[in-house]
Amino acid sequence: MAITLMINREARAVDAAPGTPLLWVLRDHLGLTGTKFGCGIAQCGACTVHVDQVPVRACVTPHDALEGQSITTIEGLAGPQADAIRAAWEAADVPQCGYCQAGQIMSAEALLRSNPAPTDADIDVAMNGNLCRCATYVSIRGAIKAAAGKL
Amino acid sequence: MDIPRQIASPQAPAASGPLSLSRRGMLGVSGAFVMGLALAACGRETPGVAVNPLTDVKGGDATPSLWIAIEPSGAVKITCHRSEMGQQVWTAMAQIVADELEADWSQVEIVQALGDPKYGDQNTDGSRSVRFNFHRLRVAGAAMRSMLEEAAARRWRVDRSGVRADLGKVIHAASGRVLGYGELAEAADRLPIPAEADLQIKPREAWRYIGKEVASLTVPKIIRGQGTYGIDVQRPGLLYAVVARPPQLFGRTGAVDEAPALAVPGVERVIRLPDLEPPAVFKPLGGVAIVGRDTWAAIQGRAALKVDWVDGPNADYDSAAFETMLMDVVRQPGETRRSRGDVDAALAAAAKRVSAEYYAPHLAQSPMEPPSATAEWTDDKLECWACVQDPQATRATLAGFLQIPLENIKVNATWLGGAFGRKSKPDFVIEAALIAKEMQRPVKVTWTREDDLRHGYFHSVSAQRLEAGLAADGACTAYLHRTAFPPIVATFNNTVDSPSDGEMGLGATDVPFAVPHLRVESGRAPAHVRIGWLRSVANIYHSFAVQSFAAEMAHAAGRDQKDYLLELIGPARVLDPNAEGAAYANYDAPKEDYPIETGRLSRVVEIVAEMAGWGRTLPKGRGLGIAAHRSFVSYVATVVEVAVSADGVISIPHVWLAVDAGTVVNPRHVRAQMEGGTIYGLSNALYGQITAKAGAIEQGNFPDWRLMRMAEAPLAFDVHVVDSTSPPGGVGEPGTPPAAPALANAIFNATGVRIRRLPILGPNADRLTQRRNA
Ligand code: FES
Ligand code: FES
Repeated sequence: MAITLMINREARAVDAAPGTPLLWVLRDHLGLTGTKFGCGIAQCGACTVHVDQVPVRACVTPHDALEGQSITTIEGLAGPQADAIRAAWEAADVPQCGYCQAGQIMSAEALLRSNPAPTDADIDVAMNGNLCRCATYVSIRGAIKAAAGKL
Repeated sequence: MDIPRQIASPQAPAASGPLSLSRRGMLGVSGAFVMGLALAACGRETPGVAVNPLTDVKGGDATPSLWIAIEPSGAVKITCHRSEMGQQVWTAMAQIVADELEADWSQVEIVQALGDPKYGDQNTDGSRSVRFNFHRLRVAGAAMRSMLEEAAARRWRVDRSGVRADLGKVIHAASGRVLGYGELAEAADRLPIPAEADLQIKPREAWRYIGKEVASLTVPKIIRGQGTYGIDVQRPGLLYAVVARPPQLFGRTGAVDEAPALAVPGVERVIRLPDLEPPAVFKPLGGVAIVGRDTWAAIQGRAALKVDWVDGPNADYDSAAFETMLMDVVRQPGETRRSRGDVDAALAAAAKRVSAEYYAPHLAQSPMEPPSATAEWTDDKLECWACVQDPQATRATLAGFLQIPLENIKVNATWLGGAFGRKSKPDFVIEAALIAKEMQRPVKVTWTREDDLRHGYFHSVSAQRLEAGLAADGACTAYLHRTAFPPIVATFNNTVDSPSDGEMGLGATDVPFAVPHLRVESGRAPAHVRIGWLRSVANIYHSFAVQSFAAEMAHAAGRDQKDYLLELIGPARVLDPNAEGAAYANYDAPKEDYPIETGRLSRVVEIVAEMAGWGRTLPKGRGLGIAAHRSFVSYVATVVEVAVSADGVISIPHVWLAVDAGTVVNPRHVRAQMEGGTIYGLSNALYGQITAKAGAIEQGNFPDWRLMRMAEAPLAFDVHVVDSTSPPGGVGEPGTPPAAPALANAIFNATGVRIRRLPILGPNADRLTQRRNA
């Protein structure tokens, strides 16, 4: 049975089995592959999206629980914090392989929206759920601070 | 549903012949027809047109049209034949070509090459994309520039010496006339290709892009969620599959009850795959595929499936028992792999003897993007899209396994969401091809994290014993290193249990110490899982043991770690391990171009010591540790600062690293590789272990396979890239080997605890519990 989800400010009809995590609906049904799969059990953060502006792990969030809520993925992420983060990420070439970076950016953007001047400890807490096997952590920390400085 | 028998018992791809660690040509992909194909592809043999003189320059084919296409708009499309996995090879390759081409960087785009022998080696590992291609890509760029200049001179009917290329345009200075590359491309393409001797290769001082901090070509896409990784490939009518694989290597599939899987909504088919016959090579592991309308349906179907797995020859593999066995191996004399002087006599005569044993477990590469491949058949033709490090080996393996001609197979390398050696083995692409054939539809196979950790090509488990004799003044007079680990070659020939010369040359037989008596030995160890390359390979455990032992010797001698290390490395000289009975491959690099220069190693030690303020007094519970290692023909020295709290919690406030990688193409991206490579090594050393019971891997996902996270990563990381005119060395891997011993040496200096067994903490522990064992 098709349901309608609001994704990146667009209404999208989805016909997936009940309980299917949002991650696979985005990737396999809607072609929004910017949101990544890394673990499937909320341990790596690669699948981070925003639901009503709050970061959630799409791999453990049933899509059919999200009717009427606003979902944002890396493809649709916009606003002053997003701009500042993208600019800082680009200025420092933060990503290596880039696979974790959609999740990193979704987490960092939410951090800066709630805390425009995060300390190292704030960054540790907000970003600790996002693994990066290329280990871009030092650059991410620097870029979050650079982005905060521009806001 | 069974796969037909002829597919079920494939010929192993040619992995016979002399087996070495060389990751090039492991599949016997012939380089012999590179030239012919390139000529045919470029149409340079048409009558009346001079023969192409650039098909065989140093490094391979430098035919401009093989690498560069200029569109009428002026867009410069540069072909990258290596796989992009975060090392910024797109940007590096483009920098090299664009510099000689005098291209305008804003007009440069990358085209990812298909897997095709016409490009020469495409195996993106061994940290050698720049090393292998630096010269020929410059030649290709310079040749194209020359042809554009010639085309402009002819159009204007002026002397060639009066025109020059400059940032995407050709300029006639005398008349002020200008033509864009886009306007000249077609005419240039019809001109004869100049010989290398006639080209004006730019001098180093004139480099515009090489050696500069040019911004990445991939990052602007990544931050917008664009770009296609293997797992992102979409095809019309695509189906999604996961595979239930036997828990043991060479285990078999017994009875299968597919009904519960088929009852899961969205599951379309259950397909039995052929059992794997030894040797493993790059063949799929067997098991049962579950195909669904989305990945979730396939995963749920797999969870419901009932399979009886049949034990195979590795059913008894227990990594704890194996550790005991492996430690015993290095307590016995082994096979001598390099020898200088008389170690036994010198040990007997030593004023003081030091010995230590080290153990390091299996590791998993665990790139953030797990293996994933999409396959699509059209009649008897196969096209695949996958995150592979070597699209040519993928193609050759597919041809061998499926028994179809190479020409019928197209392999597209996507972006790789990290690889670290895992994706140089294309077993997962074969799975996709088999399942797609059965389904008569395009199929994507995705490995879940559990699949990645349980069914990998693991970094080898190792045991080492080192013994030294010190003179009364503390100087090392005798050095004995014994190493044992299941070799990578076992993956290709499972009867082999002795390390290859290649593996021994990764930090054991190339030990740079200037001690009068020295011997390196290897022991035997059989493999019970697939052993594969992982970022810097055997350098990891060899560097851990050798550089930890250097600090242990310093301690026994009552000397400073850094000073003692410099003394061990000794005077600046060129070292040839082969003069002392080694069979050292030097990373397939000619030793004339890439000798082992001990002076360069000492230099990075001195630089990093200065950066870190080595010798300063630190608060209680803090320590600096140093390690230095040459690998992939580059020289790296690392200092780690640790802070260990009174209750044993370890943190890493700062890391300093100095690297001499010869000529570097992009210092910013070299620094990123050093940082990433180091933290990769620190993460593995602190937490990483893959263990087995009853032949099955025990880890499944990130809680039990632990990676370093933001809060644990170094707060500060300083990298110094040595300014060098030596030929380019590797950068993707050399940051990793010194990380673990620098950390272990720092922990010793902070606490007196000497780490000889990895991981230091493991997946669950958060604090150091060992007592002082100094
Ligand atoms: S895939 Fe969702 S947290 Fe890892
Ligand atoms: S950039 Fe590769 S995993 Fe983070």
